Amino acid sequence: MRLNKTQLLFTYIILGVWSVIVLFPIWTLIVNSFKPQKQIFKNPFGLPETFTMDGYREAWNNGRFDLYFINTLIVTAIALGLILFIGSMAAYALAKWKSPVSAFLYIFFIAGLMIPIRLGTLDLVRLIKALNLQDTYWSLIPVYVAMGMPIATFVLTAFIKELPGEMFEAAKIDGATEWQIYSRIVLPLMRPALATVAIFNMIKIWNDFWFPLVFIRAEESRTVALGVSLLFGQYRTDWTRALAVLSLAAVPMLILYMLLAREFIKGLTAGAVKG
Amino acid sequence: MTRAQELLSVKNRQKITWILFLLPAVTMYLVFMAGPLFDSLRLSLYQGEGYNPTTFVGLQNYRDLFTNPLWREKFFNAFANTCIFFAIHMLVQNTLGLLFANLLSSEFRGRNFFRTVIFAPATLSVLVTGFLWTLILNPNWGAVNKTLIAIGLKEFALPWLGRENLALPIISLTSVWQWVGMPTVMFLAGLMGISDELLEAARIDGASEWNIFWKIKFPLLKPVIGVVAILTFVDNFNAFDVIYAMAGAKGEPAYSADLLATLFYRTGIAGEHPVGIPDMGMGAAIATMTFAILMTGVLFWLYFSRKQAME
Repeated sequence: MRLNKTQLLFTYIILGVWSVIVLFPIWTLIVNSFKPQKQIFKNPFGLPETFTMDGYREAWNNGRFDLYFINTLIVTAIALGLILFIGSMAAYALAKWKSPVSAFLYIFFIAGLMIPIRLGTLDLVRLIKALNLQDTYWSLIPVYVAMGMPIATFVLTAFIKELPGEMFEAAKIDGATEWQIYSRIVLPLMRPALATVAIFNMIKIWNDFWFPLVFIRAEESRTVALGVSLLFGQYRTDWTRALAVLSLAAVPMLILYMLLAREFIKGLTAGAVKG
Repeated sequence: MTRAQELLSVKNRQKITWILFLLPAVTMYLVFMAGPLFDSLRLSLYQGEGYNPTTFVGLQNYRDLFTNPLWREKFFNAFANTCIFFAIHMLVQNTLGLLFANLLSSEFRGRNFFRTVIFAPATLSVLVTGFLWTLILNPNWGAVNKTLIAIGLKEFALPWLGRENLALPIISLTSVWQWVGMPTVMFLAGLMGISDELLEAARIDGASEWNIFWKIKFPLLKPVIGVVAILTFVDNFNAFDVIYAMAGAKGEPAYSADLLATLFYRTGIAGEHPVGIPDMGMGAAIATMTFAILMTGVLFWLYFSRKQAME
């Protein structure tokens, strides 16, 4: 619909004010991380007069951020790969196997969308200990994979169900096995849905703080979120460093978001739009 | 082999194929999610220190939780705070989301930009958002109070996170700042699904935008409102990170921002100060109560959304 002048003005004022409320903290976060402390307090909103990288240098050397980034990358990459692989295999069976078993399993998976895995944390702590994975970032991977199953089966099963049935029958008549149909036909077609699932899980895993907090203490196994919480505690009164640490955690995701805003929005709301 | 046997074995082989496709996902989900969830319920019937509470005590943990004044006070305080946290999200976040979505559903220049900006904080880590806002809200050096003082509103420059009656609402609003993009996008999708002809017809009949919103859009959005409400509910009753970042694991000051998840963390995982020994049985009892609250909410929602769909 087209808006008249008053409506347009009203729209711009409301959305404009909210945009300032959103962008202003992000702006001060990044800009002030390059200022010495005194300047932050004197001139919190403007560009830096004297530009400093001290905060970043400190965080990088003191906090071993290089390590945290690598750890988080390893965990996120492996967990994502597994979620997409075993999730899409399961989704193919859930979509194509007509049986009470698959109908039950579908509901069993979907229920996980509403029941947060955190409530099982105490038992997970014991399980991770029993598997001798405590204090390593490997402990996070199986938990994240399990956590990703509901959204993966939900989105991917719906996608496969909408593919034309004749395609599968034709492949069957040509003598293709289910594995061949899955790997050569379904997987390539499923790319957009896989991207949605990947983005949803990537944001959740990259930003997760709860499981690292519970499972990991050792410095060499820390993730970015855990490193941020420990360093922020240390730097609470040194704003240059504190803001540098927060920027280090926030900026990679923000850049990805600016490049892929549409996909991010679609991915993060994936669990809800069809719910 | 007879023809029938052959068919049967083909069918069986097919079944085995499907089971193999499902096996890895089901195993991971069962062992690392569903299993621990249910075993946590069992754990709530035990007492003992450390990671293996071995003394079976029946419902004693629950009895303590509801009758021992020490526990009862903590639990109901956390429960009430979580309800307030949820109420603020429903009132502020979802109302703002509805407003933004309604504005974004018409055509004007810059619409995509606004949508992108409104959603941006949702991609940040909750922890980063929480820490960032503690700096902005810092009573002496933070931007909020500096601005208030600069424009002559010194008496409103309060210690936002230091007062018992302010901390929880302020933290809730920080969380709203972060998540308002979610309901906005969901409502926007719902609004885009309403046919243009319907709205045009109402406009030609002279209906005001206000009436069109309440008489046409709002009723049609009810299913989406239900989904938004239930997702807000589930997320809020698990909120932990934002409290941990802004009020610490104890929901300070004086437990005024303590939520069910922070109480669960202190009891079952970190151990209460000064003892520092986790009480897993009691922690599991708190998790089970949270689980029961969530299930009640979800079942209510399922019941009402079914009923609505029937009508």
